Amino acid sequence: MSKEVKSRREWFKSLFQYTGLVGVGGVAWGTKVYEDKTAELVLRPPGALEEPDFVKACIKCGLCVEDCPYDTLQLAKPGTNLPIGTPYFTPREIPCYMCTDIPCVKICPTNALSEPLVSDIQESDEIKFNINKAEMGVAVLDTENCLAYWGIRCDACYRACPLIDDALILEYERNERTGKHALIKPKINVDSCTGCGMCEHACITEKAAIFVLPRELALGKVKTDYIKGWEKKDEQRIDTTDVYIDKGKTDKQTLDYLNNPNSLIDEE
Amino acid sequence: MKNNFYKNRFLIFRRVVQISILLLFVGASHWGWTILKGNLSAAKVFDSFYLADPFAVIQMLFAGRIPSWDIVIGALIIVVLYALIAGRSFCSWVCPMNIITDLAQWLRKKFGLNQNVLKIKKNTRYWLLGLSLVLSIILGVAAFEFISPIGVLHRAIIYGVGISWWIVLGILFLDMFIKKNAWCGHLCPLGAFHSMISHKSMLKIYHKADKCTSCWDCKEVCPEVQVLEIIAKKDGLIRSGECTNCGRCIEICEENALEFSFLKINKS
Repeated sequence: MSKEVKSRREWFKSLFQYTGLVGVGGVAWGTKVYEDKTAELVLRPPGALEEPDFVKACIKCGLCVEDCPYDTLQLAKPGTNLPIGTPYFTPREIPCYMCTDIPCVKICPTNALSEPLVSDIQESDEIKFNINKAEMGVAVLDTENCLAYWGIRCDACYRACPLIDDALILEYERNERTGKHALIKPKINVDSCTGCGMCEHACITEKAAIFVLPRELALGKVKTDYIKGWEKKDEQRIDTTDVYIDKGKTDKQTLDYLNNPNSLIDEE
Repeated sequence: MKNNFYKNRFLIFRRVVQISILLLFVGASHWGWTILKGNLSAAKVFDSFYLADPFAVIQMLFAGRIPSWDIVIGALIIVVLYALIAGRSFCSWVCPMNIITDLAQWLRKKFGLNQNVLKIKKNTRYWLLGLSLVLSIILGVAAFEFISPIGVLHRAIIYGVGISWWIVLGILFLDMFIKKNAWCGHLCPLGAFHSMISHKSMLKIYHKADKCTSCWDCKEVCPEVQVLEIIAKKDGLIRSGECTNCGRCIEICEENALEFSFLKINKS
C-alpha cells in the first residue's frame, strides 16, 4: 500500500470519526436544548417578549432577579426542565407586586424584557411605564374547589387583586341550596388580568383554586369566522386578518358557481 | 514558608482575583453592592455601563436575534480587554470552573491517578465551538448557554444551588478519572473562543532558552503543554492563544527561564 493511499485513508477515517462524534454529540445536545426551550409552563417577568423570542434574547445575566425588590424572580436551575438560567416566578410562593417603576425591565440589557410592552407611548415618544399592560399570564379559576362557589363567604383573591373590580370582579347569585343566601362568585376578566398572581398567593385553599397560567396555555382562540358584532373592539379583529378573496372570478362566474347545484356535490 | 508562598505566588493571586470577582457578584446579589452586578454572562458595572460575554452574544446573533447596543458594547469591551491586552487570562484568572479543574488536577497528583480512559484531541473544543454556532442557528437559541456548566457554576454561586453541584461534580470526575484536563484543555467552547482571539495579546510569557536546563518541570505543570514548544530550543514569546497566562510554568521554573512579558518589554 502506498503511503499516499494510506494517509488518504487515515484522513477519511478521522473525518468520519469527527463527523460521528459531532453528530452524536450534536443530537444529544440539540435534543436537550429543544426540550428546555419548548417548556410551556413558565411565567416570565413583566414585559417579556413572546417565549420563542424571549429565550433567544435573554443572556441569563440575572440582573432582573437582583433588581426585583420582592425576590419574586428566580433563575431556572438545572433540573427544573426550564430554559436554564432564565428568569421566572412562582406566584404561589411570591407573586409579582407590580412595581410602578418596573426595575426588572429597566435594568434588562438585552431588551428580552421590553420597555415598550409595559409602557404607554406618549405623543412626545416619551416612554411612561404602565405595569398594568403586563401580560405575564392569566388567572384561571377552579370553580369546583373555590369556597365562594360553594356558598361560603370568601373574597381573598378579589381583595388581593391590584386591578380590583376590573381584572377580578364579584358576581352575585341566589344560593338555590339554602334558598336564602347569596353566592358571591369571583370572576376573571382575561382582558385586564396581568397574571401577577396576587390572587393565587392569597387563595386560602390548600392548593390554590385560582392560579396563573401562561396566556398561550390558558386561553382559547376564535378565528375571524365568528365575531362579537356587538363589540367594537372585537370587530376590529377582522381588519387585522387577511381575508381570502378569489379575484380570478368575475361576478357572473361567481353567481354561476353558486347557482349550479352540481358544484356542491363531491365529484367521484 | 516564604519560599512556598513565592513558589505559588501566581496561583494564590489567581485565586484572590477569581474569588474577588465572584464576591463582587455575590455582594451585588445579596447586599446591594453596585460595583459588579449580574454574572459572567452579562454584568452592570458601577450602575453605569454593561459588560457581556462575547461568545454568548455571538451565539445570540447566530440564533437570529439582533443584540441591543448595551450588550454589543459590553461584549466589545471584553473582546478588547482580552484580545489586545490580557490574552486567554479569562480561563485561569476569572472563570470559576478553573478552581474545580485545578482541584481535579491536584487530586490526580495526590492520589496518583494517571489513567486517561478517553482519547480526546486538543482541537475537539474548536469543533464544539462550531457545533455551538450551528446548533444556535438550527434551534434559534444560544445553544452553549443552555448547557454551559460554567454558567451553571457561577449562577449557583451567586443565586443559589439547586442540583447544580451534580453537574460541577461531573466535570470534576471527568477531569479526575476520565481524562487529564478534559474540560478546560479539550472540550470547553468558551475556552476555544478565548484561544482564538488571544494570539496577538500584549500579555504573554517570555522564555529564555539559555537559562533552561531542560528539566521539563514547566511541561509537567502546564495545562496546555502544546503551547510550550519553544522550551529549551529558542528565546521568545509563548505566542499561542491557547496559553492561559496562568503563570504555573513561571512559578515552577527553578532557573527563572520564564517570565511574564508585557508588549515584549523585558527587564533582562
